[in-house]
Amino acid sequence: MLGLEKSDFRLLLLVIVLTLFAPFLLNPFPVDSTMAQFNAGYPDLMQRFVIFGIFAIGFNILFGLTGYLSFGHAAFLGAGSYAAIWMMKLLTMNVIPAIVLSIVVAGLFSLAVGFVSLRRSGIYFSILTLAFAQMSYSLAYSVLTPITGGETGLQPKIDDPRILDSVLAVGQQARANLFGLDMSTSHDLIVGGWAFTFNAGYYVAALLMVISFYISIRIFRSPFGLMLRAIKSNQNRLGYTGVSARPYTLAAFVISGMYAGLAGGLMVAMDTQAGAERMFWTASGEVVLMTILGGAGTLIGPVLGAGMIKYMENIVSKINSTVLEGWFAWMPEIIQDVVVAVVYPFVGKGWHLTLGLVFMLVVIFLPGGLMEGFRRISDRFFGGSRKTDNSTGGTTAPTAAE
Amino acid sequence: MEAIVLQVLNGLDKGSAYALIALGLTLIFGTLGVVNFAHGALFMIGAFCAVTLSRLLTLSHIVIDETQKDFLGNARKVEVPYIYDIFGEAAGNVIIDWAVPISIIVAIPVMMAIGVAIERGLIKHFYKRPHADQILVTFGLAIVLQEIIKYFYGANPIPTPAPDAFRGSFDFGAALGFDPNVIIYPYWRLVYFGFAAIIISAVFAFLQFTTFGMVVRAGMADRETVGLLGINIDRRFTIMFGLAAAVAGLAGVMYTPINSPNYHMGMDFLVLSFVVVVVGGMGSLVGAVLAGFLLGILESIASMGAVLAVLPGINQIILYLVAIIILLTRPRGLMGRAGVMED
Amino acid sequence: MSERNDITRRRVMKSGAAAAAAAASTPYFFTRAFADGHGYLNAPKGDTVTLGFNVPQSGPYADEGADELRAYELAVEHLNGGGDGGMMSTFSSKALKGNGILGKKVAYVTGDTQTKSDAARASARSMIEKDGAVMITGGSSSGVAVAVQALCQEAGIIFMAGLTHSNDTTGKDKKANGFRHFFNSYMSGAALAPVLAKAYGKERKAYHLTADYNWGYTTEQAVKESTEAMGWETVAAVKTPLTQTDFSSYIAPVLQSGADTLVLNHYGGNMVNSLTNAVQFGLRDKQVNGKDFQIIVPLYSRLMAKGAGANVKGIFGSTNWHWSLQDEGSKAFVKSFGTKYGFPPSQAAHTCYVQTMLYADAAERAGTFNPCGIVEALEGFEFDGMGNGKTLYRAEDHQCFKDVLVVKGKENPTSEFDLLEVVEVTPVDQVTYAPDHPQMAGGNLGTCNSGA
Repeated sequence: MLGLEKSDFRLLLLVIVLTLFAPFLLNPFPVDSTMAQFNAGYPDLMQRFVIFGIFAIGFNILFGLTGYLSFGHAAFLGAGSYAAIWMMKLLTMNVIPAIVLSIVVAGLFSLAVGFVSLRRSGIYFSILTLAFAQMSYSLAYSVLTPITGGETGLQPKIDDPRILDSVLAVGQQARANLFGLDMSTSHDLIVGGWAFTFNAGYYVAALLMVISFYISIRIFRSPFGLMLRAIKSNQNRLGYTGVSARPYTLAAFVISGMYAGLAGGLMVAMDTQAGAERMFWTASGEVVLMTILGGAGTLIGPVLGAGMIKYMENIVSKINSTVLEGWFAWMPEIIQDVVVAVVYPFVGKGWHLTLGLVFMLVVIFLPGGLMEGFRRISDRFFGGSRKTDNSTGGTTAPTAAE
Repeated sequence: MEAIVLQVLNGLDKGSAYALIALGLTLIFGTLGVVNFAHGALFMIGAFCAVTLSRLLTLSHIVIDETQKDFLGNARKVEVPYIYDIFGEAAGNVIIDWAVPISIIVAIPVMMAIGVAIERGLIKHFYKRPHADQILVTFGLAIVLQEIIKYFYGANPIPTPAPDAFRGSFDFGAALGFDPNVIIYPYWRLVYFGFAAIIISAVFAFLQFTTFGMVVRAGMADRETVGLLGINIDRRFTIMFGLAAAVAGLAGVMYTPINSPNYHMGMDFLVLSFVVVVVGGMGSLVGAVLAGFLLGILESIASMGAVLAVLPGINQIILYLVAIIILLTRPRGLMGRAGVMED
Repeated sequence: MSERNDITRRRVMKSGAAAAAAAASTPYFFTRAFADGHGYLNAPKGDTVTLGFNVPQSGPYADEGADELRAYELAVEHLNGGGDGGMMSTFSSKALKGNGILGKKVAYVTGDTQTKSDAARASARSMIEKDGAVMITGGSSSGVAVAVQALCQEAGIIFMAGLTHSNDTTGKDKKANGFRHFFNSYMSGAALAPVLAKAYGKERKAYHLTADYNWGYTTEQAVKESTEAMGWETVAAVKTPLTQTDFSSYIAPVLQSGADTLVLNHYGGNMVNSLTNAVQFGLRDKQVNGKDFQIIVPLYSRLMAKGAGANVKGIFGSTNWHWSLQDEGSKAFVKSFGTKYGFPPSQAAHTCYVQTMLYADAAERAGTFNPCGIVEALEGFEFDGMGNGKTLYRAEDHQCFKDVLVVKGKENPTSEFDLLEVVEVTPVDQVTYAPDHPQMAGGNLGTCNSGA
């Protein structure tokens, strides 16, 4: 169906169902319970899950298939963001032109960077992409301030021209919308003690993620995808057969750059702000970590990795000592103090520590990332023969490190 | 002219810091083939060895001084270091003053131990794993180390001054016959340069002239064959890792008077040290050192007012621009070996 | 567009409590219903009101963020009637009674800005969308302040800025829903110049090193213009990258330039490192043009002074507030903060505490948490007893106008907190500027947004 094999179609269906029902799945706890701290089903975080999911899916097309490790993909995300915010300032607050231009700009930028960087491979390629991204960040933060807003970034302002939009009434805010549908529109469904939020922006972003995911499956299964895998396994041999690898790697690079641009454009569409920090090397590093954490080369792993990191960043960092005391209030006071003292360094301002430990534990015990964990679990329950890793490329086969 | 001489001098000093960090990294990254994202953290821990030692030396007991008041109007608690009780105030002060150089002695065994522990406990299992896994595990390790330091020392920089004897700066200009005050350079930075030169030569000599170094170099070239010869290469690689950690740590110790250390200083240097190693060429110690000095000098020259007036913002991107140019003109950096980390 | 907006679940639950109880477990859809006439976003329902404290908890400013958080917790304690009441007793407005705000107990949520605009906005949005916060406050950089302020304007929430010193926050990026108590670059320049002229004479040649981003630009401009007005000459102004850690190559050429004064327009880690490097080069032991070489740090913070250690001795700068001030408000605040935490508060802690009190007081006077009511109550509000003398929240740009402190690194500190001494309290008139001053040009406050 849709040009997909049965197992792929099932996976796509699973992703559609998960994104559709995310507001329920992410809010498993009643609003007034102490566990509500772990609820992630509010618009901002749901949007971030799918946006970074798109970013990671795109990154995986390059890294997972060809093995080329780009350390500068955040630059494309940033370029996309700037393109989108300028569309909103100059043309219209409608998100369509913003998103389209962000993909185009990121595509062109990645074409230029890829064309140069792909002349080298391995670590040399990684450092070239890193260098381009760091230059973009540094310039955007400093000398390009008139275009990028520098430190304070860019936001829509009342006085922006916005030539396609009607003039704002007094007191009206410029809001990102889809033909009048405000991206921040939310409806709440109340069921007993539970509340589930359905946000317009989230569903727009989720739709785009599902499309991105579908395209990614098609690429993975196409002759083009096969060619990319061949590049990963042995580029020399490919060369001997008279095939030049570069057009293929460049195509993969540009496609993943466009995915990054889409993610950047969506970030602006969901939250109208663009800043240079999202091009810093740590942002490029983050998508690398997301992909590896989830499982590089698997179809859905990178999305899981993205979700995991964003969840830690947004949920664990908000657990402060007052919240902890609330959780353990039922304990005798002395034990409560001890438990709070033990847990406290890992949450709130210590959320980075937990993140670092998760990275280490996952990679030590689950080579191949979170997807490996799922595979093992399903092996245990459904017998070893069943193949749940839905990519034929499989987890990156451990190859000797050189 | 003076301005250029000054910036070259500056670049040599900056470069010696880069070279020292890159040297340690290239021992692990360029030769053991491990992408070590925790290398910056090792540098940072070295710096905190110095902080810890000066904290230990100033460990104090509290004497209540009724004649003075604190900010709330209570009697002030005056802290008296225990070291005063042992050596007297004058000698105690001298020891406290020399905390940073003394830390070198402490840092070598500590950093060796940390390096060996990391290699045995973690890295050993990752030699045969994909680079991606190495990145994830060492990045995780770097975050954990960094957060532990933050937990105990806070996020604020901690001033760790050089001994008073090294305060002030040397007037090169006057010595070379230029006007006085034109080419000056702080004594401590000269010490740093000399120190870096000694460490770099020592590492080279060790690898070049000892049997141990010979075996390691052979192991780098062909691990399997060395293993077949009945030589325990694993144990030597462990020691190499310890050595690299010690080099990074010493670079950190000596760097503390130049910039007050803080818990994320390692991350600040991480990307830069990777750029230096790769520009130098994978697997080449000489390349790493050369690249360190080259980038240091170019960075210094790019920061001159006259250069910035022509090319605004060049100081922001010079390192990366040079890296791109070198990697495009020389496929394996300055002196890289073929086949190392190219796929 | 009658049905939009982020309505938080917590709020929904509270408002829907009665209905839910009646309908038991019957599911129902909730779409934008301000049936009770409280037509504004996150109107507190039950008996508590939630404030969002968004401070850096990771990254280089984590210690500053921790101090801000301490101040917020103290403010909440005082608002709810705990502790000794702190500055509530010295505050000129007596609307606050120690029974929360408008009779509602104050609750709070915290988040980590990481000193990154994106992370700060994500954290603020979770407070608005998930926790039902009615006001967001905190932060320790202008980038974050401007980003979160814009978000709050769009969402319809009040933003009470924490530490943000760039002119832009209440200049070209000012917003009706945002308020700043902290001083700014212009004020630093205006306060410093006369003191510098008095201490160092009117014939000085200044060399600026400036952090290469917005805050650096506005600070350089402010200090340059006000010192030049005093007769100083600016020899050069060199931009340094934010990510720079070793400033030697920027500092080494200073003496060659013939300058006799170095102005370090740096903050945080940049300032600690550049000052340490400058002192290391022995600049302060030199004589140029027959004068002792001097270094100036326009914006001081005690935490950063601590990072630079002995290098700050004798160096002039400006600060928003210092714990050694002897007015009643400052004394009361230092006492309650010091008693609770064991050390004196920083200027960041002070501004955050005051901002929380001012918000609470405005809500109390307005009789509502509606952002438009708060804006009205704060605009043009004059008060005293909060540590900086008589203060005005100017209506035109939502900037506080108050005395500014010129400080100097102390020669003989008695503790690790006693690093700065107040040289002069520059009266407010001297640092006041017209709302359309060229350094502030280009902004549009807009109108308040209540999210309705």
